[in-house]
Amino acid sequence: MPTVIVDGKEIEIGADERLNCIEAARRGGAEIPHYCWHPGLTVVASCRMCLIETGSRDAATGKVTMVPKLVPACQTPAKDGTVIVTESQLVKESRARVEEALLIDHPIDCPICDKAGECLLQDYHFEHGQPERRADLHPFTSRKREMGSTVTLFVDRCVMCTRCVRFTREISGSAELMVINRGAKEEIDVFPGFPLENKLSGNVVDLCPVGALGDKDFLYQQRVWFLKAEDNVCGGCATGCSIRTEHNQDTVYRLKPRENPHVNKWWMCDDGRYGWHHLHDPSRLVEARRAAGGRARREGGADDTIEWSDVGRRLRDDLGAAGRLAVAVSPMLTTEEAWMLCAVARSIDPQAFLAVGHVPIDGADETYPGGFTIRAEKCPNRLGVEGVIAVFGGVDAAGRVPGWNALLDHVRAGEADAAWITAAYPGGWIDEETAEAFASLSCLVVQDLFESPLSRMAVWKLPAAGFAERAGTWVNAAHRAQVFQQAIRPPAGVWPEGRLYWSMLGRRGLYDAEAVRRQIADSSPTFAALAGDVPATGIDLRIQQLA
Amino acid sequence: MKPSDPSITWIDEKPLGLAERLYLPLFIQGLTTTARHLVSPKVTVSYPEQRPKVGNPLIYRGVHRLNRDEEGRVKCVACFLCATACPAHCIDIVATESPWPDREKYPESFQIDELRCIFCGMCEEACPVDAIELTSLLDLTGKSREEMIFDKEKLLSVYDMTKDAEPMKSDSLGGTL
Repeated sequence: MPTVIVDGKEIEIGADERLNCIEAARRGGAEIPHYCWHPGLTVVASCRMCLIETGSRDAATGKVTMVPKLVPACQTPAKDGTVIVTESQLVKESRARVEEALLIDHPIDCPICDKAGECLLQDYHFEHGQPERRADLHPFTSRKREMGSTVTLFVDRCVMCTRCVRFTREISGSAELMVINRGAKEEIDVFPGFPLENKLSGNVVDLCPVGALGDKDFLYQQRVWFLKAEDNVCGGCATGCSIRTEHNQDTVYRLKPRENPHVNKWWMCDDGRYGWHHLHDPSRLVEARRAAGGRARREGGADDTIEWSDVGRRLRDDLGAAGRLAVAVSPMLTTEEAWMLCAVARSIDPQAFLAVGHVPIDGADETYPGGFTIRAEKCPNRLGVEGVIAVFGGVDAAGRVPGWNALLDHVRAGEADAAWITAAYPGGWIDEETAEAFASLSCLVVQDLFESPLSRMAVWKLPAAGFAERAGTWVNAAHRAQVFQQAIRPPAGVWPEGRLYWSMLGRRGLYDAEAVRRQIADSSPTFAALAGDVPATGIDLRIQQLA
Repeated sequence: MKPSDPSITWIDEKPLGLAERLYLPLFIQGLTTTARHLVSPKVTVSYPEQRPKVGNPLIYRGVHRLNRDEEGRVKCVACFLCATACPAHCIDIVATESPWPDREKYPESFQIDELRCIFCGMCEEACPVDAIELTSLLDLTGKSREEMIFDKEKLLSVYDMTKDAEPMKSDSLGGTL
């Protein structure tokens, strides 16, 4: 095993690992400051912040030979016998000089800069900068330029790390950003007429170590220290990117990608990043409503608001009285919620027809040069829901789990008297014509975020939860199951699906996704991998089946 | 702790001396204090007919005001530092892009809940541009709770009202601008 000596400590690294000195030092507990280096991008070694002293130890004699100059840690591979010194006087002075140079033409407008609080320039200056300034610095207002529809560049705040330029060249492959001018007059810019317009553009804001690139969607909205972050999974498509939902007082302010080498690496797409606004749409359904006298809503009759504590009991009565039940289990639900919904449905009607709800498809999968894929399937949990329905024996003769079209045929053929349609899609998903298939049912239950042609004819109109308001597990298109917690509370006391089904199953206390997950894992080999603790990066459900 | 606890030392009251037992010397001593206060200058005022005198307006912590710059615009840059420093969470700011070229952002709305405020002056200390200051206005009254939530216009009008009597503190205290 190759051994690296980090500040006198011997650290063993893997034989075929290709680490640079920053990564090797991190293993040894030493954090080397850096601006331009990012694990997902190529190395340019231009910021000079990661300069360290290095050398090599002779394997035979044990004699250490040091390199006479400082070298950039990001560009120096760590191999057997590499000696890394991160805290010598020379290194410390070099860092202080770099910080000093960066601040000479930095606006220091931290109070009005949106990056303040999560800015590497601030952090490194605090940690590695010198307390006194030798230059006469005056705060000034940074020049501002539009890069595209999502990103604004604050020109003078930039430290020219070129992470954003490399991102558009290597990951999004669109190469809109470039460096103009030379030397001290270097600036980031786009070519006139070719703005930063690609579906991964928001990532350059995450990559920016300082406040130069601002996200227009978040600009001036909130100071970052007010935000609380919850590990979440994006519900925008079947990729299921690991994200952090950053919120304050039950209001989401932004979504950020969370590093996950198996799913999204460090990135997420703009569709997902800005796809949370529907959570705070004032037109969301927030009350459990039941048409007075059964089918009155279709004839334009009144409906009543039902107390949440009564919803479960009355829903069960109505569906039980109606007869044969068909259930659409939405691919927006978590696996736990889907499992409980199926259990509830089967307890009302043991022969209930279970099908996967509408799966929205938009165009084709888009894969970017960096390997990032935006899936055409705009729902996060089709595989999880299919797995759950299979556990309940809801497969057809060919062994397939029925989908939305199968459910429509089933209802049109008059084989159901009641239907329970879960939806929770962020936008419109059903037209009048399709909804007409459900017109003849004696009891229709629709659980959705927004009013739709279907909900207008339903006897029961129940609100659903948005993606950040759920807890549970989603299985993405690559069979990776990711577990997440609820980030914010739904509006106006809405019961998320999990809580409603939990109470309908007669279980006590608060909805506990973990208890349901363990139960699912015990009941089916498909989900057996979920039995233990699931790591933050998720777990591949197929590992159990391969074994 | 029980009375029997060994760490408690019990002391008896001192027995009364002759003067205490006679009662009269202490009686005269008390009356002397009363008489001295009858003739000494008064420290209280008959508020509200009479206004109390504020010693040093520079350090007095009364009603807030939002200062204006030379062009009469609100000086605040909507950095939220006052709201961050506020221990009572009584400051609510909505920031937006400023309409002026020399300024990045400004407060679209700026509200202080004066009923929630504890007048600690942390907002004034946190402000990087000396935009928020506490005046020496001390009679803060209103007929409803809504009335006591001061918005941007009201806070600016407090400045207009007090700017002649109390110039901006930054000048006399070596401010930042």
